[in-house]
Amino acid sequence: MARALINVPAKAKPGEVIAIKTLMSHIMETGFRHSSTGDAIPRDIITSFVCSYDGAEVFRADLYPAISANPYLTFFTTATKSGPMTFEWRGDNGFVAKETAEIVVE
Amino acid sequence: MSRQALMRLAHFSLAVLLVAFGFAASATEIPLSERKSGYEFMGPQSRAMQDDDTANPGMLSVFDGEALWNAKTGATNQSCAGCHGDATQSMKGAAARYPAFNASRGRPLDLEGQINLCRADRQQASPFAYESRELLALTAYVARQSRGMPIEPTIDARTQPFLDAGRAIFDLRQGQLNLSCAQCHDDQWGQRLAGTVIPQGHPTGYPQYRLEWQSLGSLQRRLRNCLVGMRAEPYAVGAPEYVDLTLFLMWRARGMKFEAPAVRP
Repeated sequence: MARALINVPAKAKPGEVIAIKTLMSHIMETGFRHSSTGDAIPRDIITSFVCSYDGAEVFRADLYPAISANPYLTFFTTATKSGPMTFEWRGDNGFVAKETAEIVVE
Repeated sequence: MSRQALMRLAHFSLAVLLVAFGFAASATEIPLSERKSGYEFMGPQSRAMQDDDTANPGMLSVFDGEALWNAKTGATNQSCAGCHGDATQSMKGAAARYPAFNASRGRPLDLEGQINLCRADRQQASPFAYESRELLALTAYVARQSRGMPIEPTIDARTQPFLDAGRAIFDLRQGQLNLSCAQCHDDQWGQRLAGTVIPQGHPTGYPQYRLEWQSLGSLQRRLRNCLVGMRAEPYAVGAPEYVDLTLFLMWRARGMKFEAPAVRP
């Protein structure tokens, strides 16, 4: 159900600074809105995002209600060695989404 | 009447006069060479967002649509792919030709209408609700196959009356502000309405992801937005007037590049 778009360069040179772009589908309902019948719409947001590169955490972010739907996060890291990059989003109502991308460093 | 109230009245009258004069010139069509997509009125960040398939949130729906395209459903247990095959081939340019005349309905259908017709007749499944996640996703997937292609709806003896009806709506003054579409989008494009630039109103990238909506939305949703802004009564969801207006707008944008799923502020 949860769909993500990840952009990691397929190849990089050792020591190269690489940009990583992630886009996660999520409604990011703030919890501050009311339905047309006046009922409070419960909060439903992503609360944390973690990126690990070859087992080590390289980027972490906490998300809050003011962040718009389908959060787009882009950040940089240094390419060290070939390996998997894992991405994990966690949020309200037990939301968990995981993605993996491979990078070749040579 | 106090002096302050008189001053206020004078200011108000002046504003009314300015508006009346500003819109006095009758709507003239934009010359073909001067037409611009809403893309050209956007800032560089929004353009970059649209151009990068891993940053364009509309692509999330396109991938959802791809899954729906291949999913078997309905009483006939048939998928879209079962009849149409590979959408990247069979649907190439299709969205750029819609709304298209449908003989069984005796009128043009927009892409959403055609998808729901296929569902009802071929798949014998219940039609998707307008603006539902599924309908937007399937429309976005089909529309994506026409990206970069010129818009060219078929105008012939059968569609001409509907084109004329759409043009009449475009030129019709309506709502409490007594405005027509043409007064803003033909005559005042490039000017500002509060902080935002008035675009020419070409439907080049629907369904499109509006940052204001935080979701994908159809052209019908956008048209309802405009009607509410004019303080006019929007046509009912799925009303034929929207399809006529869409046909006229697509004809007005003929030859322009299709760019769905577009990103707009």
